[in-house]
Parts: sequence; structure tokens; C-alpha cells
Amino acid sequence: MKFPKFLAAAAVFYAVIMILSTLNILNGYFMIIINKSLIFVILAVSLNLINGITGQFSLGHMGFAGIGAYVSGTITAIILKLQIPHSFSMGAVGSEAIFIGAIIIGGIMAAFVGFLIGFPSLRLKGDYLAIVTLGFGEIIKTIINAIDYVGGPRGLSVPNFSNFTMIFVFAFITVAVIRNTIASSHGRAMLAVRENELAADLSGVDTTRYKVTGFAMGAFFAGIAGGLLAHLIYFTTPSQFGFLPSAMILILVYAGGMGSLTGSMIAAFLLTFLTEVLRIGIDWLNQTAKLPIGPEWTMVVYALILILVMLFKPNGLMGGKEAKILILERKTT
Amino acid sequence: MKVYAKIAAIGAMVLGLAACSSGPKEILIGGVGPVTGAAATFGVSTKNAYEMAIAEWNAKGGLLGKQIKLDFADDKGDPTEGATVYTKLIQQDKVVAIVGTVMSKVSLAGAPICQAAGIPMISPTSTNPKVTQVGDYIFRACFIDPFQGTVGAEFSYNTLNAKKAGVLFDNGNDYNKGLAEYFQTKYQQLGGTVVDYEGYSTGATDFKAQLTKIVAQKPDVLYSPNYYQDDALIAKQARELGFKGPIVGGDGWDSPDLVKIGGSAVENCYFTNHYSKDDTRPIVQDFVQKYQAKYGEAPDALAALGYDAMNIMLDAIKRAGKTDGASIRDALKATDIAVVSGQVKFDANRDPIKSAVVIAIQNGQQVYKTTVNP
Amino acid sequence: MGSIINTQQVINGLQLGSIYALIALGYTMVYGIVRLINFAHGDFFMLGAYAAYASFYVFNSFIGEGSPLAFLVLIVAMIAGGAIASLSNLLAYKPLRYKPKLSSLVTAIGVSMFLEYFFSAFPFIGPSPRGFPEILPKVIYRGFGAEISNYVIIDLVVAAILMSGLTFLIQKTSLGRAMRAVSQDKDAAKLMGIDVERIITWTFAIGGAFAGAAGLLAGLTYPRIDPYMGIIPGLKAFIAAVLGGIGNVPGAMLGGYILGLAETFANAYNSILGDGIAFAVLIIVLLVRPTGILGEKIADKI
Repeated sequence: MKFPKFLAAAAVFYAVIMILSTLNILNGYFMIIINKSLIFVILAVSLNLINGITGQFSLGHMGFAGIGAYVSGTITAIILKLQIPHSFSMGAVGSEAIFIGAIIIGGIMAAFVGFLIGFPSLRLKGDYLAIVTLGFGEIIKTIINAIDYVGGPRGLSVPNFSNFTMIFVFAFITVAVIRNTIASSHGRAMLAVRENELAADLSGVDTTRYKVTGFAMGAFFAGIAGGLLAHLIYFTTPSQFGFLPSAMILILVYAGGMGSLTGSMIAAFLLTFLTEVLRIGIDWLNQTAKLPIGPEWTMVVYALILILVMLFKPNGLMGGKEAKILILERKTT
Repeated sequence: MKVYAKIAAIGAMVLGLAACSSGPKEILIGGVGPVTGAAATFGVSTKNAYEMAIAEWNAKGGLLGKQIKLDFADDKGDPTEGATVYTKLIQQDKVVAIVGTVMSKVSLAGAPICQAAGIPMISPTSTNPKVTQVGDYIFRACFIDPFQGTVGAEFSYNTLNAKKAGVLFDNGNDYNKGLAEYFQTKYQQLGGTVVDYEGYSTGATDFKAQLTKIVAQKPDVLYSPNYYQDDALIAKQARELGFKGPIVGGDGWDSPDLVKIGGSAVENCYFTNHYSKDDTRPIVQDFVQKYQAKYGEAPDALAALGYDAMNIMLDAIKRAGKTDGASIRDALKATDIAVVSGQVKFDANRDPIKSAVVIAIQNGQQVYKTTVNP
Repeated sequence: MGSIINTQQVINGLQLGSIYALIALGYTMVYGIVRLINFAHGDFFMLGAYAAYASFYVFNSFIGEGSPLAFLVLIVAMIAGGAIASLSNLLAYKPLRYKPKLSSLVTAIGVSMFLEYFFSAFPFIGPSPRGFPEILPKVIYRGFGAEISNYVIIDLVVAAILMSGLTFLIQKTSLGRAMRAVSQDKDAAKLMGIDVERIITWTFAIGGAFAGAAGLLAGLTYPRIDPYMGIIPGLKAFIAAVLGGIGNVPGAMLGGYILGLAETFANAYNSILGDGIAFAVLIIVLLVRPTGILGEKIADKI
């Protein structure tokens, strides 16, 4: 089992970032980029499970995140009115525990909706399924917008419980669980569904169960990511969870390579950092080099880079393969 | 190996980011606004205004003996981006204050960051009451929905003598929804009837389904508290469907493009605003003419508010005499300054106590009608 | 009930549907021939609108307002739409034609983003919405309990003419035959001597031209254009195309009108939940007919 190696690598990463952060070599700006990247890792990896592994085309992934964000946010901000603990105390530990609980409940609610959405997937394939998932995402957005209790379009302000440790642990668990699922017999069944559903069915694979489970699991982690994101930026609003944000996660999965968890992780970090590099780069061109190029050009460059990456690496950055550290040994009999 | 190459690439980017800094002889003011995305036109207005205000201050010698530099960041109209850029401006670029941002939902992501860091923030245009409630470092330059919606209701009922109103608003935006709600509350309080209350989703261009229903109820007035590009289309489609009465709106109407898009459909319509371009006060005329000269078009309401917000902040820093957050905050609280949109003083919630004006569109021009004091 | 389904609302829905149908046709044609969901299609629509806008001001100095000018502007819009579609195909989609589908999808999103942000950033165009000129004087007719402007009639008529033209092209001309052949079986078509790449280029061009025409009609009917105007209509047209059975040309037309009507009725019923209701209806339709209304049932090959 390569799991200890993966765990060790993760621990090293965590320790390095924590040290740099405490020494303030990595200031709040870097930390928020890293935190965002980790949240996108969770989103991309969970979508990869649905799209890449089980082969179900889902365009409403952020809708699940929205459910997670709003459920956890309602618990922390509206029902319990939690405050951020500023000093260590039993109350502080209690608050953190409640926060974790709220996030998980958010994930469970999202999983429940994912489970429901899994059922249309039984009848629909490919692009038709895509439309239905897209529709569900938009319906979720419309419904939240109409609920005044959680603020509707005004959004929901939540306390800032998310920090690097919390997000990192959740991200680690997400990748570990999904990786182990893929390597298990369940995962092989999901891959069978992706490759040729009819053949899988005839071979005795319970395609219904795996399709629905795929959605539910992917939705669970997306819901967790949504909750973490809301508590990172102090706020959440329905407009963050529509079709366009879902398409951005899809880009992460495809740019990284379908079915490759490493690819999703790298794409999540790379594209998040790329946005910032472009921001600073164009700023520099504008201020220092005095070129008439303002911040409105960052997204133009981003789009061009996306196109170029696809032209040169059509199988994604990782080409559909995993890093050695994540591949489990095949047990041969 | 490829994996490690990619990780190295990320590492290089990280170091690259770390290598940027600003000049020590300048005062760095942060500006945030959406210059890409659907709200880009508003972000650009405020950015133009910030640059113009700062250029004027620099020409007169700067602030506290130093030149002012604007560090502007694009929030793309998205709260997550907003959180990122606010953090960048404060932690990485070390601005002394932030002027921004346009959309309330992004301000609500950024304000807690400013409050936690002790950096004063003033939003030119965020009207959600919760923004200033975040903390005592957060101010705003515009009046909030309760006031403006109420003014609209009173004007419609009392001045226009309209006893029945139809309402159409963008349901995806808290600004529009807020105005619509406060209008409805006040209007009904005054004795009027809201015959139809319809919403639309952000970005829609076809309002015929909702307008057909509204017009069928024969309202005396239509309240459309939306941004000018929607209002112009709403007016046109309402006229097409046979509605001949006046249409009333909020400060989102204020733009030179309103008449360009709406044409004769917006004739004899009214909207509440922060100031009137007819206002003979030199500060207003100066602003309008300079903006027109510099950017080639008349300023809209957001440009005016952006200009005011920046001036309020710079004035406060000047009075504070220092650039630390707490001093600027205290100076802001004591603000009593004449700006384009009137005389500004802050109330206990750090919202400005300002009057509203009602503007009419006559012969394609904005004509001042009346002032309403809070 | 009277204010939900009445003559006026039906007309509203059909007018909206005409525009959706024209855009949906482009989506469905491209999908039928290369199995690609071209996310940039909505932006060809936007480009058509801008091209119409620009050409109006260029030609207005030579020709006064009225039908000839309108016709000319329509042609320009269609050429612009077709041109940008062909260009996108050539530069971004063709190189990835035989690579995994996912790369084309991401590229399509990239092209879409590029067009939107480029226009938004480019100094002469800019992000601010512009008013679309009144190319034809507007006349409003009242009758049968409904108000119709001549623009509504123009929308319906132009859409009908273009759609008939397309049907004729596909059914009766050799180009159409070739297009049908390629969409059915690309390899067999090649073996029969059809220049597949040329047909694909033509398909993109025609689909783009239709999107451009829709852009002009939208500019005329909802006289405001901005660089992001193609996002929502593009999305809705995609839904309409799938609803009718993606790859199926009459299906796209049907899907467009059904979506236009559904959206109008849903918003008339409850404008707060309106779009959500329309989506819910669509989902139910798809659950009942999993390959779209006119889509073929694809038998699973064993």
C-alpha cells in the first residue's frame, strides 16, 4: 500500500506551509490563494469522480456546493450565531466542533440531493444528462434566491471559521477517500460503467447503484467544499453556484485530465495561481512598463492560455495518468 | 517526474508573486471594482472616477506631502475574487485604505477582511444595509435602499398622484430587490395599491411575460428600480404593450446611455438620484465637465459616487494627518464635507445622511424636479 | 389563468422562441456533424449583433433607414457570424478533431471566454451596453387583445424564412446531402468521396450565420448590445437544441419555440421562480423522452 507515502507527502506539505505562514513569509494573500486552491481541489476531484470515473456528464456541480454552503451557513450564522473564538477555551473548541459538524451536515444534505439527481441519470445519457444536471443547478440557485430566510439574493454572511488546517484536512480526506474508492472494487465497477455501460450491466455490475452512488459521493464532497468556501470568504450568495462556476470546475477536471486525481489537483492549483500571476503580471505591464493594458485583459490572456493548453495537451495536463504516489498496487492473485 | 515539474512551476509562480512591492514615497490607496464580467460597465465608471480624483489631488500637491497612487484590483463581480483581492491589497500591497467595491455581495466578502485588519473601507455604491454593519471601519458614500425606496413611493403617490403601481425588479440582485420591497411597503402605507409585483432573472432581455401581466392590471405608475440597461428595455417593452403612464426608478437609471437605449420610451419618466447635473454648484459642474473631457462621455451615478467616495477618504486621511487605520477611521467618522452628491455626514451606522433628488427625463435630457431630505 | 395563457403571451413566447430557435439550429448542426457542444456559439450571436451595429452606421451614410438597409445589415450579420464560426473551427476545433472530446469542450469554453473578454477589454468596444439603432421604424398594431410591433412580425418571418431555407438546403441540395451523410457516418462519407473537412467548415459557417442573424434580430427587438449578451441566450439555445433532440434540425426549431413559450408562461405564472419552473418542465420532458422530443432512440449495440 502506498498510502503511508501519500500521507507522508501530505504531512510534509502541510508542515511546510504552516511554518512559512507562521513566519509570515507566506502572508494572508498567499494563504487565501492556497486555501482557494485546496477548495478547488475538493471540487475538481469530486467532479472527477462523477465525470471522469463514472462517466456521467454533470454540469451542475456547483449547485451541490451551494447546498453545502447554505446549509452549513444557516447553521453557523442564523441558527447558532456562532462567533469566531479569539482565544483558546472550551467554548472555542466547541465552536470549532460545531463548525465541522455544520460542514458535514452541509455535505450530507448535498449528498441527498445528489442521490436524487442520480436517478435521472439512469434514463439519460451524455449531453441529455448534462442538461438535466445543469437544470438542477439552476433550479437550486432559483430556489435559494427565493428564500428570504437565508437572505435570498442578498446573500448570507457567515463567520470566518475556515482556516488552512481545516481546509487541508478536508481536502486530504477527500482525495484519500476518492482515491481509495477508485482503487477498490467499487471503483472498478464505476470505471466499467464509464467504459461500456451495457457490457457492465450484462456482467452483473449494478449500474444503478454505482451511478447513483457516484453522484451522491461527488455531491457530498462538493457540499463540503461549498461550506468551506463560504466560511473562508465570510459570505455566500446564490450567484456563485450557477452554470458558469460549474463550467469552471469542469475546466479544472478536463484540463487536468479526466479520471486523473493528480491532474485535478494540479489543475486546481495551477489555474488558481495563474489567475493571480496574470493579475500581477498585467498590473506590472500597466504600471511599470506603462503599456495601455489594464486588468480587463487578464481574462483574455487566461482564455488564450486555456486554448493553448488544450491544443498542446489534449489529454489534459496529466494525460489521464496518476502520479505514482497515488496509484495503489494492484493486488494480483 | 512531470508531476514534480509542475509543482516546481507553481513554486516559481509563488516566488514571482512574492517579489512585487510598491514605492515608499507614495501613499497607496486600494481600489476595488468589477472591470470584467456583467457588471463591468459599473466597475469602469468607478475606476475612472477614482483615477480622476487622485489625479486632481496629486496635481494640488498630493496627500500629507506625498503623491497618491491608486492600487486598483478587479473583483470580477464575484465574492470569492473579492475576498482574494481585498486580502492582496491589505496583506501584500499594504494599502492604507480601500475605496470599493461596487456590488454589495462583493463588499460583504471584503468588509470583514478590512474590519479584521483595521483598514478603513468606503464603498461608493453598495446599498445593502449589512455592509456597514460589519464593523466600525466600514463606511459608504451612498444612501441605502430603505431611504431611496421610500422616496420613490412618496413621489409616486403624492406628486404623481398614482394610486395603483406595478413593480418589476431584478430578483437576482439585492439592490433592485431592496428598492422594490421598501417601495412596496411605503406605498401601501400611504394608501396605494401595488397591483402587480413581478421579478425577472438577472440578465434577461425579454420582460414581455411579466409586463403583459402588469399592464393588464392597469397601474397608474410602473416602478422599475433597476440598472439603466434593463430599465431602458423595460420602458420600451412596456410602451409596446400599451402602457402610457410614467415609469419611476432609482439611481441605477442615471447614465447617459439610458436615453441612448431607451429613446422616447423613457420620456416623462422619473428616477431618484444622488445629485442633479443641473445643479449649479461649481463642484457638480466641474466634475461633470472634467469627466466628460477626460473620458469622452457624461458620468453616470456610480462615477459620481466613486468620485465622492475617493474624495471623502482622501479628505479624511488629510484631516487625520496620519495613515494608520484607527486615525483614518476616526477622521472618517467626523466627516463633514461638500461633495458632488451633497453635504456628507455619517450617522451612527457610518451611512451618509444625504438628500435625494428626483430627476425627470424631458426631451431626452435629465431635468431636476425636486429634493427630498431624510 | 387569463393572464398566463392568452394571445399576447403566446405571441411573446413565439417571438422569444424565434431567436432561441435560430441559435439552437447552429448548436444542433455543429453537434450533429462533429459531436461538439460549441459553448462559443452564443458569442457568435453576440458578434452578429455587433457586426450589425457597426454596419448600420457604415451604411447609413449611403442608404437611409428602411428595408434595403435592414436587409444589408442582416446579410452582414450573417456573414460575420459565419466567418467567426469558420475561423474558430479552423484555429481551435480542427486541430483537436480526432483528439478526445473533452479537449474540444474546454477549447470551446476558452474561445467563448476569449471573445467575451476581448470585446469587453478592447478600447473601441468596451463593456458598456450600447443602444441598437432603430433600423426600421417601429409600428405597433393592436388587435385580438394583443399588441404586436412590426418587430415581432419581422422576427417570426425572418426566422421562418431562414428555417425553410435551411430545410431546403439540407433536404434538396447536394451540400445538404453531404452534411447529412457526414453527420450519420463520417468515415463512410469519406469513403464515398466527400471532403469531410469542407462540409464541416460549411456547417460551422451556416450555423454561425444563423447565430449572427439571431443577433441582429435580438439587437432589433431588445435594442441593447454588450459583450456578454450571448451567455444566457447561448445557454438557453443549447437547452432548446437538446430538448428537441440534439443533432436534429427540426428538433432544434421545435425546441426553440417550446422553450420560448415555456419560459414566457412560467414567468407569467410566477416571475420569481419563473426560470426555475421552466427548467423543471424541461427536465420532466427529458425524463419522459430521454433523447429529446424528436431525437432518435439510439439502440445499444451489443
